[in-house]
Amino acid sequence: MFADYSSTELMSIFAMQGFAGLSLFSVFVLMAMGLAIIFGQMGVINMAHGEFMILGAYTTYLTSQFFQNLMPELFAASFFFAMVLAFLVSGALGAFVEWAMVRHLYRRPLDTLLATWGLSLILQQAYRSIFGAREVGVDLPDWMMGAFNVTDFVQLPINGLFVMVIALSIALAVYLLMYRSGWGKKVRAVVQNRPMAEAVGINTAGVDRATFALGCGIAGVAGSAFTMIGSTGPSSGQAYIVDTFLVVVFGGAQSLVGTIISAFGISQAQSTMEFFLSGSMAKVLTLLVVVGILMLRPEGLMALKVRR
Amino acid sequence: MLKVSNHSVAYGQSTIIRGLNLDVNDNEIVAVVGRNGMGKTTLMKSLIGMTPSRAGSVSLNHTDLSAMKSFQRVRAGLGFVPQGRMIFPALTVRENIETGLAAVGEKKVPRDLYELFPVLEEMQHRRGGNLSGGQQQQLAIARALATRPKVLLLDEPTEGIQPSIIQEMARTLKRIRDERGLSIVVSEQVLSFVMEIADRILVIEKGDIVHQEDKEDADQNKIASYLAV
Ligand SMILES: Nc1ncnc2c1ncn2[C@@H]1O[C@H](COP(=O)(O)OP(=O)(O)O)[C@@H](O)[C@H]1O
Ligand SMILES: [Mg+2]
Repeated sequence: MFADYSSTELMSIFAMQGFAGLSLFSVFVLMAMGLAIIFGQMGVINMAHGEFMILGAYTTYLTSQFFQNLMPELFAASFFFAMVLAFLVSGALGAFVEWAMVRHLYRRPLDTLLATWGLSLILQQAYRSIFGAREVGVDLPDWMMGAFNVTDFVQLPINGLFVMVIALSIALAVYLLMYRSGWGKKVRAVVQNRPMAEAVGINTAGVDRATFALGCGIAGVAGSAFTMIGSTGPSSGQAYIVDTFLVVVFGGAQSLVGTIISAFGISQAQSTMEFFLSGSMAKVLTLLVVVGILMLRPEGLMALKVRR
Repeated sequence: MLKVSNHSVAYGQSTIIRGLNLDVNDNEIVAVVGRNGMGKTTLMKSLIGMTPSRAGSVSLNHTDLSAMKSFQRVRAGLGFVPQGRMIFPALTVRENIETGLAAVGEKKVPRDLYELFPVLEEMQHRRGGNLSGGQQQQLAIARALATRPKVLLLDEPTEGIQPSIIQEMARTLKRIRDERGLSIVVSEQVLSFVMEIADRILVIEKGDIVHQEDKEDADQNKIASYLAV
């Protein structure tokens, strides 16, 4: 498939597609982090994670509409407000869902799977009723539109760089929260031995709620990033949940670094191959490689090396 | 101080603890002795709230703990050192102790804990899982003391500990009682350890207290006969 291109052309194509994949990488990192945090803390696989992302995307859409129509002079900064709002809105819904539903189903993994899947259907229908079935797009402020020209062929999209910086900053913040803060210590204690954590005075139910909210909030930020690579519809989250599972499993569910590397690898592979092959063929190839590697390393790329 | 009345615990259909009564006085060390499978761990776990109880009440200084979850009981003044120690293996020694501090809203490991267990200060940056059994036991006690308990519950603390360290642990526990003015309930099978620290000795069989004596006039042979298999 490479035969039709000269080697400089190929280099440029790889570079271009690689940079174009940055936004996808950011979405994957954020989604996978949220999913992995929730799974690591309480063993719940949140099937509605894509819908929490879409809630963030709609929040971003509404925020940008608000600024465009009512405060155009501040529109350039609207994306920052949108991300914070997306985090808060998705996080708040997450806390509510944990309280109303998920906490009653701990220790019943199959039921949480079904319940969160049901939730994803409910949310999709709610979005359809509120925002309509038509997909909406978010206009970017001018400063995020352009690209740096690295060479004649290769361009670096500013919005992609921007969300990547945001995504990596959030990953760093999550790392600090988990490994340097008092709250993170509680989370790690609960993950290692829940009844014992409770018996040294940790309110594990409270930790659960905050963790679920945090994971959903990060999915909301992923939704903000998502508005740069696709338009937002009621079911847009569905396409991402499977890829996100792939990223989490491939990276090793307990490792933040593994998640980042895995998100990078998968987003780059898909983005690059999509140039040469059809989208679904690219997916199949990615999946094959991932399955192959998982057969060699069942715990994922970066399994945590601690005694249990 | 700690008052347990008509306390019953069951796993499904099988009742393990039935109608147990126990009073622990201020500053007292009570030893609960009994063979394997007699219900010591079940009693301890139910007191801290890890295992639900069927009937009866548990109160601490006239505060009823019966309806409380574990973390609330800890905040009300119960400290727990479980059988097998159950420290958090991937957390560092210092982080392990700090998990207990959350209950009392403190941030920094108090000096006196490191004075009690100097080895924990030396090893504060090691992972808990890499400590020896005796060191892990000290860590588990330090973690429980960080919650500033009024009553400390210890479940078979000498299990898997070298005999040479057992006497030292008895001295440490008595020192803790004297310095902090708390009460201790300890379950045990090692009679020499019990005779060293206990003010009062209770024998548990099939989930009930079948015999009790003060240390002063304790008949070692009689207690030993309960422990013989
Ligand atoms: N989780 C459990 N489920 C059912 N039975 C249990 C459980 N834990 C302990 N038991 C039973 O309860 C009895 C008392 O056990 P335990 O409290 O561990 O005794 P001890 O600590 O004195 O050795 C034993 O017969 C044991 O088999
Ligand atoms: Mg036991």
